[in-house]
Amino acid sequence: MSIWVNEETKVLVQGITGSAARLHTRQMLDYGTKIVGGVTPGKDGEEVEGVPVYGSVQKAVDATDADASVIYVPAPFAADAIIEAADAGINLIVCITEHIPVQDMITVHHYLKSRPVRLIGPNCPGIITPDNCKIGIMPGHIHQSGRIGVVSRSGTLTYEAVHALTTSGHGQSTAVGIGGDPISGTSFVDVLESFERDENTDAVIMIGEIGGDAEETAARWAQENMTKPIIGFIGGITAPPGKRMGHAGAIVSGSGGTAETKIAEMESCGIHVARRISEIVPLLNKAL
Amino acid sequence: MNVHEYQAKELLKPYGVNVLGGVLVENASEAAEKAEKISTDVIVVKAQVYAGGRGKSGGVKLAKSREEAVEICKDMLGMQLITPQTGEEGVTVKKVYLEEGCQIAEEYYLSLVVDRKNSCVSLIASKEGGMEIEEVAEENPEAILTISIDPLAELRDYQVRQVIEALEIPKKAQKSMVASLKSFYKAFVAMDCDMLEINPLVLTADQEVVALDAKMGFDDNALYRQPAIHSLKDTSEDDPREVQAAKHDLAYVALDGKIGCLVNGAGLAMATMDAIYGEGGEPANFLDVGGSATVEKVTEALRIILSDETVNGIFINIFGGIMQCDTIANGIVQAAGDQQIEVPIVVRLEGNRAQEGADILKNSGLNIATAPSLDEGAAKIVEMSSEGGTV
Repeated sequence: MSIWVNEETKVLVQGITGSAARLHTRQMLDYGTKIVGGVTPGKDGEEVEGVPVYGSVQKAVDATDADASVIYVPAPFAADAIIEAADAGINLIVCITEHIPVQDMITVHHYLKSRPVRLIGPNCPGIITPDNCKIGIMPGHIHQSGRIGVVSRSGTLTYEAVHALTTSGHGQSTAVGIGGDPISGTSFVDVLESFERDENTDAVIMIGEIGGDAEETAARWAQENMTKPIIGFIGGITAPPGKRMGHAGAIVSGSGGTAETKIAEMESCGIHVARRISEIVPLLNKAL
Repeated sequence: MNVHEYQAKELLKPYGVNVLGGVLVENASEAAEKAEKISTDVIVVKAQVYAGGRGKSGGVKLAKSREEAVEICKDMLGMQLITPQTGEEGVTVKKVYLEEGCQIAEEYYLSLVVDRKNSCVSLIASKEGGMEIEEVAEENPEAILTISIDPLAELRDYQVRQVIEALEIPKKAQKSMVASLKSFYKAFVAMDCDMLEINPLVLTADQEVVALDAKMGFDDNALYRQPAIHSLKDTSEDDPREVQAAKHDLAYVALDGKIGCLVNGAGLAMATMDAIYGEGGEPANFLDVGGSATVEKVTEALRIILSDETVNGIFINIFGGIMQCDTIANGIVQAAGDQQIEVPIVVRLEGNRAQEGADILKNSGLNIATAPSLDEGAAKIVEMSSEGGTV
């Protein structure tokens, strides 16, 4: 029916007293997500949108039995928030925060490696299993429950793809935004692997962008391991080399990381790559 | 953010990195006096520009005497240096570094980078010092040694031994090399670098390990905790619109085309550029207003786009997630109130509060075309801008 999150998932909001977190706590509650608590150090005993606030993740876990957490704390404190959540036994951490120093994320990545925890993000829109659980900042109403998995490095491009799917009658099993930073907790391969195993996902939309080689790695992995069709899209065909295109990870360095090399590798591995957003659904219909 | 070579060397010194003595010259009139401070016969004269590739483009010259160094320095100051990375117009040389010469026995390549694939800092070393590492990677990939460093274990002695073995460092110089490598790693982490390249790292005739050149890049996201490095930020070689955008926390990159773009989200902004290109137009810029844009930020973004006189059409493409479409609409209305907008504008609003945004634009009386999707919006703005008329 979905990957990683469902109607049972009990979610904490770290940094819940901030304004963006408040807004999205309201929206997540309205969507039906089980938000069981919030965390802000020093704000123990307060309430936000009817949700109890705790002074630490451990206290919140003890009181609520939460198994997931979504992080909205400012960048200087975000790495600490991730590690605190992992230490408190949270097994799914979604980090929305952008502009986290890369060295902080390197430390976090290695700290989490030996622990039974999944980090999604940072600098990502979150994860949603339509009609069941929305953790993050995506607009809930564009989604519809169904059998197509979505994974993307970009927030707004994910919304584009989801919107195109929904308006053409294709619902989504789960949509995951893995984030636009050079170091992220969850890779394309991690998500593809779960979609391949999920019996309620029939095909996957994979949205990448310039920079790094995560798309190429995922394409080669998929060729060996995926039976379900993948429809790809890569943003940044017209991006000039050496310039960072908004996302910290979106940069063509030297001859590496261009959209052309990604598209070529994906196609040679059997992925159907759409050149325009409006081509995604026709390619999907053909592949199914 | 990047710094000049002379600044990088100053920053590395306290970490125990060996560099040669040098002086910075910013005025031709002070060149002779400054050169007095250099005691070697051979003096290296180096243009201080951010762009790479200066060595092959006349930005580094060898002088056999102090007098010659002063002459070269005077010629270099104010010249337009064109390197493979500057574009045709080049950059003006405003600073020149005079550095002691030294007897070079061996040259190596050394760098530390953020390794995305392994989510760590990696050390890259090669015996092919002085060559571009990309070239070595192409022609002689086995000459490159890459070592992944676990941030929790840091750079270990056995890893340093691997480098020493691969580079065939002579016995007498090994101790100095161990110290240098550890210094580079310590400096990289302590200063929140995202790139540190020493090319070449040399072994002198008296077996000293010296950083002959130094290139450093810093993580913009960490500048808040690196005030000393932040204070070295110099935007004089940057596009003025990019500088203005950065002041307002807008991600803007200037491009060569004529259609201005205002988009929320980096991925969508790239896809918007691509769609315009796909319709036969050319984007004038990349602009991501971000997820938490205010009316003021949107207004400023439009001002920056309009300050580019080659722009003959604007495509505003918003998919509201964290961003609300009515905020964008209010920004457009405010910008239109501030100045006369004479180029056609196509707006596409979708997602969070899209209807409210559309109503604001409709009730504003502004002459703005709308589009239901990215691809249709791109087609419309390309058509309207090429006709050259207003809406």
